[in-house]
Amino acid sequence: MANKEIMTVNMGPQHPSTHGVLRLVIELDGEVIEKITPHIGYLHRGVEKLSEHRTYHQAMTLTDRLDYLAPMSNNLGYVLAVEKLLGLEVPERAQTIRVIMAELTRLKSHLVWLACHALDIGAMTVFLYCFREREQIMSMYEKLSGARMTSSYFRVGGLSQDVYDGFEADVRRIIDEFPGYFDVYEGLLTKNTIWLQRTIGNGVISAEDAIDYGITGPALRGSGVDWDLRRDNPYSGYDKYSFKVPVGEKCDTFDRYKVRLVEMREAINILRQALDSLKPGPILADCPKVCYPPKERVYNTIEGLIHHFKIASEGFPAPEGEVYQSVEAPKGELGYYLVSDGGTKPYRMRIRPPSFVNLGAIEKMGKGSMIADLVAIIGTLDIVLGEIDR
Amino acid sequence: MGVEQPLGENVLTTSLDKLVNWARKSSIWPMTFGLACCAIEMMATGASSHDLDRFGIIFRASPRQSDCIIIAGTVTKKMLPVIKTVYEQMPEPKWVVAMGACACSGGVFDTYSVVQGVDEALHVDVYIPGCPPRPEALLYGLLKLQDKIAKERNSFGSALGLGERLEPTAA
Repeated sequence: MANKEIMTVNMGPQHPSTHGVLRLVIELDGEVIEKITPHIGYLHRGVEKLSEHRTYHQAMTLTDRLDYLAPMSNNLGYVLAVEKLLGLEVPERAQTIRVIMAELTRLKSHLVWLACHALDIGAMTVFLYCFREREQIMSMYEKLSGARMTSSYFRVGGLSQDVYDGFEADVRRIIDEFPGYFDVYEGLLTKNTIWLQRTIGNGVISAEDAIDYGITGPALRGSGVDWDLRRDNPYSGYDKYSFKVPVGEKCDTFDRYKVRLVEMREAINILRQALDSLKPGPILADCPKVCYPPKERVYNTIEGLIHHFKIASEGFPAPEGEVYQSVEAPKGELGYYLVSDGGTKPYRMRIRPPSFVNLGAIEKMGKGSMIADLVAIIGTLDIVLGEIDR
Repeated sequence: MGVEQPLGENVLTTSLDKLVNWARKSSIWPMTFGLACCAIEMMATGASSHDLDRFGIIFRASPRQSDCIIIAGTVTKKMLPVIKTVYEQMPEPKWVVAMGACACSGGVFDTYSVVQGVDEALHVDVYIPGCPPRPEALLYGLLKLQDKIAKERNSFGSALGLGERLEPTAA
């Protein structure tokens, strides 16, 4: 038998298929991958450290820029963590709108995943279709919060403002139209021979290994583990909705693709239920020390003005303690661990990003496969570097 | 007319410059090079709704084939040498667009790890503010870059190795 000759190849950080600035050092035996070492930190912006110098209201704007494909999911995890620290009860209408926005965000994030994943494997059409549909959600984001991507729409205690006129009609349109689009994607991919050959049997990771590596989200469910925080550890009123949690069987890229597509259909299902249960009511908790008062109170009453001034100038103090709150972000379990020393700023904010933990499994998933399949493995993990490097 | 005048000087060179500039501005090929959030808006600009192709702007994955680099996102101190290498690998003529607050000035990330604006290392031609800029803003910035390219001087001469390509004069 011939001697093994290991060749080391560098991939990234400038590479069109690494989904940002990921760098992989790959050791190859011919075309077969022997070892993958991810090198990260090319987008380290110091979000955790920065948030120690921001009040609780201000720090939320930094969370938008973690997983920039799903800003509202990041916001949701953060506000839930702060509310847990304060013991604040959020009005029902605000909770329902949060669920609607979180599910729209899931759609938005999965659309970019599908677009990029398909583009990496060579299906350009899917990319163009997915971005066309995504624009609908982006314009909704903009009407709602004023920004297409960095929304910061949620507030500690509720929402920054109520929804715009025509919001419900816009969501209804998405509920009606999107299942048809999903059929189009499936028609383009699910029986496409090239797609099947590139995805079936690619990046296999067993359920035990997936749990050992701490994988969460669709990547975990693709390996057949039935675990979804929305159902198993409900937050923001998710226990009121009934939805399926899809799981895969073969633990490969194709199963993860199917899991995500079913998840998109289930997101529509949750949207429909949430919209039906949306009732008029307050959108902010009645807690003037924490929540910004409405503008008419600021302009017309002295208490409103004082509260506004205090919150804007020094923030609100949170009781001493520490909390961990996690949400099922589109990419997996997104957790916020907050430590408070009783001041108006977090003493420590640690973020548990799903992409970072999922990326750790790439060495297991990629070992023994061909180098050309690595692009499919990166795509199926659905990583975002903003979240990995923070 | 032209025949009676000695060649060189004005008539011939300016018109060739314009021809070269027209060709260059009509086919800007930027790098497929995203750094952070802005890259997603860059992708959205290139995708179906906004469609950069209609301006002759087509993304290329290799620096050897591109003549424009859009710095789309936060530039960290670890990333800066990579950006410089990629920039140096691009053939002349080349232009730099700083997209978004981070690339222009560091944005909200005034920390130990973030370069406060890519112009600390590269010569930036167009700055696009926003966090992230809308696709329309990126389009406007790229159209401004086209305007700038159209006004460049000695484009033809520099291509033959005669002198430097000159930036348009102010006003």
